[in-house]
Amino acid sequence: MRVAGKGLIDRDKPVPFTFDGRAYSGFEGDTLASALLANSVRLMGRSFKYHRPRGVLTAGSEEPNALVTLGDGGAQEPNIRATVQEIYPGLAARSQNRWPSLDLDLMAVNDLAAPFLGAGFYYKTFMWPRRFWEKLYEPVIRRAAGLGALSGAANTDRYEKAYAFCDLLVIGAGPAGLMAALVAGRAGADVILADEDARMGGRLLAETLAVDGQPGALWVDSALEELRALPNVRLMTRTTVTGAYDQGTFSALERVSHHIGQRPSGAVLETFWRIVAKRTVLAAGALERPIAFRNNDRPGIMMAGAVRAYLNRWGVAAGKRVAIFGNNDGIHRTARDLLQAGAHVAAVIDSRHDAPLSDDYKVYRGAQVCDTSGRKGLEAVTLRRASGMDRIQADCLAVTGGWNTSVHLTCHMNARPDWRRDIAGFVPAPDAVPGLRAAGACNGAFSTAACLREGVEAALAALGDLGIKPADAPIPAAEDDAYTLSPLWAVPGRGRAWLDFQNDVTVKDVKQAATENFRSVEHMKRYTTQGMATDQGKSSNVAALAVLADATGRAIPETGTTTFRPPYTPTAIAALGAGGEGMGFAPQRFTTSHQALTARNAPMVEAGLWYRPSYFPQPGETTWRQSCDREVRMVREAVGVCDVSTLGKIDIQGPDAGAFLDFVYTNMFSTLKPGCVRYGLMLREDGHVMDDGTTARLGEHHYLMTTTTAAAGEVMRHLDFVHQGLWPDLDLRFTSVTEHWAQFAVAGPKSRAILEAVLGQTLADENWPFMACGSVRIGDVEGRLFRISFSGEQAYEIAVPARFGASLFDALTKAAEAEGGGLYGMEALNVLRIEKGFITHAEIHGRVTAFDVGMWRMVSAKKDCIGKTMSQRPGLCDDSREQLVGVKPVGESRELLAGAHLYREEDQPVRQNDQGYLTSVCFSPTLGTMLGLGFLKNGRERHGEVVRMMDHLRGVETLCEVVDPVFFDPDGGRMRG
Amino acid sequence: MRITCPHCGERDRREFYYRGAAVDLDRPAPDAGEKAWDSFVYLHDNPAGETRDLWYHEGGCGAWLVVTRNTVTHAVLKTELASQARS
Repeated sequence: MRVAGKGLIDRDKPVPFTFDGRAYSGFEGDTLASALLANSVRLMGRSFKYHRPRGVLTAGSEEPNALVTLGDGGAQEPNIRATVQEIYPGLAARSQNRWPSLDLDLMAVNDLAAPFLGAGFYYKTFMWPRRFWEKLYEPVIRRAAGLGALSGAANTDRYEKAYAFCDLLVIGAGPAGLMAALVAGRAGADVILADEDARMGGRLLAETLAVDGQPGALWVDSALEELRALPNVRLMTRTTVTGAYDQGTFSALERVSHHIGQRPSGAVLETFWRIVAKRTVLAAGALERPIAFRNNDRPGIMMAGAVRAYLNRWGVAAGKRVAIFGNNDGIHRTARDLLQAGAHVAAVIDSRHDAPLSDDYKVYRGAQVCDTSGRKGLEAVTLRRASGMDRIQADCLAVTGGWNTSVHLTCHMNARPDWRRDIAGFVPAPDAVPGLRAAGACNGAFSTAACLREGVEAALAALGDLGIKPADAPIPAAEDDAYTLSPLWAVPGRGRAWLDFQNDVTVKDVKQAATENFRSVEHMKRYTTQGMATDQGKSSNVAALAVLADATGRAIPETGTTTFRPPYTPTAIAALGAGGEGMGFAPQRFTTSHQALTARNAPMVEAGLWYRPSYFPQPGETTWRQSCDREVRMVREAVGVCDVSTLGKIDIQGPDAGAFLDFVYTNMFSTLKPGCVRYGLMLREDGHVMDDGTTARLGEHHYLMTTTTAAAGEVMRHLDFVHQGLWPDLDLRFTSVTEHWAQFAVAGPKSRAILEAVLGQTLADENWPFMACGSVRIGDVEGRLFRISFSGEQAYEIAVPARFGASLFDALTKAAEAEGGGLYGMEALNVLRIEKGFITHAEIHGRVTAFDVGMWRMVSAKKDCIGKTMSQRPGLCDDSREQLVGVKPVGESRELLAGAHLYREEDQPVRQNDQGYLTSVCFSPTLGTMLGLGFLKNGRERHGEVVRMMDHLRGVETLCEVVDPVFFDPDGGRMRG
Repeated sequence: MRITCPHCGERDRREFYYRGAAVDLDRPAPDAGEKAWDSFVYLHDNPAGETRDLWYHEGGCGAWLVVTRNTVTHAVLKTELASQARS
């Protein structure tokens, strides 16, 4: 219920919302948890395994219990922490993991079966029969145990990623973080201050402490006002720094619009940040830890610090009769705050025998809570004293077992935290993350004064590192009370005492793990699932460690910690992969003819990042084969035009260009005459073929290399490496010009005629013989013409600067169509080259040598080249290797399949008898049969032999004849014209 | 991870392509013998500790770099242009 006069909420702005369909009202500034508590709703969820009724435990992002689902359909989001979710008008939250309702959850029968469901239950029980696991056990277990669920529909929300850079990143905006940001900001450093809360201030908003003589929350306001006025300071609220990475890189998740009800369409829900900081101050604070005792998980049992936060920040009393239990002075602070606000304090139970007494409330010294009652909400607590047991009526129990420092980020780069006995907690190891300093509570400094001081000191040290002169940095006055506690992790006794609320792990489970010899903390974690829920054991890990240490007779530092990994709080995959869904997965590259191609309804296929036309369907054609066959015949009989701009083009210039090409290609290029083109083969240093293509010599010191579409990037990298890494003295420069030139193949007996029409000049064979190149003019545009052929026909490739690509393509298309020709796509291109036995990356797939593809003569004996030495190893050029061959079907089955394997006709088609495989197949309309290219052991010697093609996967078996890989026009007469 | 390119300054590692040990710079002579070539092409060390690796600033200036770094701490100790770093 609300308490008059308390809290930082705006009571003039009521906010209606629903929880499980029931209407409630809160105020602007409320979280879902504070608003539900204000409406006296204590039951907010059901536990993971036993379906125990649960209420809110904390007031922060570490919340294990109060998880809800928001949204519907694709926008449905489960496991939202009610303690983090701000309310907005119309917010509709639903509870999780219950059936049929939160109040009446029939799955709670699991709680009765609890004696059988302890640690290791699944491992021991669902062992056999083995096949039952997938079909029966797992689905049943998954349905019974769990948290919220996704809808199964595609996510409709928008996510974004963003990058930021700064001198100083300050993580956490409590007293330490605010001081660090102020000191660095005043000095002129570029500062990012990130805080996961919607409102900065940290514990100063949740306590009644004074800073600089004024209430803490007011001091925060003035500090933020000063920071906002500084142009070099960026304040990021609702932004959780989730991970620490190398060289000052941090990940952060900004919840951009979870707090907005009516989001405009296209609004970003979350942004995933990468922040690079020269220095970092970690001021992440600390999280209060519970004490384990019997039935310590009932709704109404909360952290003492959370009770104060709900009271002081949100003006909500967590109960009418509040009992307080703990081992440190926090319980007395809680009692004072509650009494001041007019709440009733039923009892203060202090486990310390020397606890301070009070005139205002009853203190039970040296006492411990050993049980509670109340099925769906706390009704009473039982406490044990030296003199006996007492039972106290209470609807809220505030608990504190001390504070766990938030050292998580300091451990993301493999460091382990140090144990400090005096605070019974961990502190960051020095230099755990290079460039990062911890300050305040996360560093084990718990008084407000110490936090302010450490914030200043950390910022001054960072400024020193950065060489920035600090401005005046006075430290405001504040309380400097000692933090004293007497460790109490678990109250001894029978029954179940919870450690990990979210995964339903009890003290008994941890002890059982130790008994069964899972003594390593990592083994205990996995055996019990302690700390493996979405809260990653933020409230429970240290206590579980202490219980394990006790059970195994070791000290806590000796027992160690489990590994902290990013992210600090759950992060949606959608945020990590923002922008990468659908077509955002990879960039798209389009040729200059793209519009013309799609206008003709050509289905596009991906070639690397490029999109190329598959074929051009004509009226009456119902299958791709009909279109493809027509396009092949068109090229063989008339003329075809194809955009080949996607091939890599590398412009190479300089006096040593020829020597360089001689070194990267197996064959000679320094001897190539200007105005000529030569086919070249490139090897990797291990002797296998890397790529092939033609290179034109445009001038004395000027070459233009083409690569295959797929390997353009790899070849560029390779050339850069060879030049810079192996032979930097060579005088040459090169750059990729793939995007700069649009290039079109014009192929077929009528290619010369239509080019002459478009160019308005003659292309007589004596001036333009096969493998010639040179400049041509197309109107006012200077282009390049290459007489090269990938189809086996008389053919040219014509290139113009890319901005003229679309118009030239249009002119070529029209000229071809006027001569009974037209466009051809990738399918026809592939058939044309298979008919000619030209190889592509289907053949040069990374495991073949120049010897294998029949090009060993191209490895020049006159010079060294990349890959030459290794290509001459005996194993890479002996007859037992699989060599490139052609195959044609000769038996009843006429079908060939790429990927199928080859066997001797008389052999069983089993792996041990394998003789080779097919890499490319097609139906050849020119020859009226299927053709295949492939590799066969000693294949060049076996032309004429009949082999068995067997595709075990698709169940196809075909007898075929081994032939020369050049099926059509073997002497190349058509190509030379 | 951040790498300082001598041309472009400090950049995110996503701009770089990783190749492997910088021994790739020490290409043996064609007649250096099988052992030298085998070790050049295949037998690279994979140390826990300091390494010299080749990185390519593919999303930047196109420079090949020799990066000295520690595989245990991930510290980047030195970056230099491959064209000037041949050992």
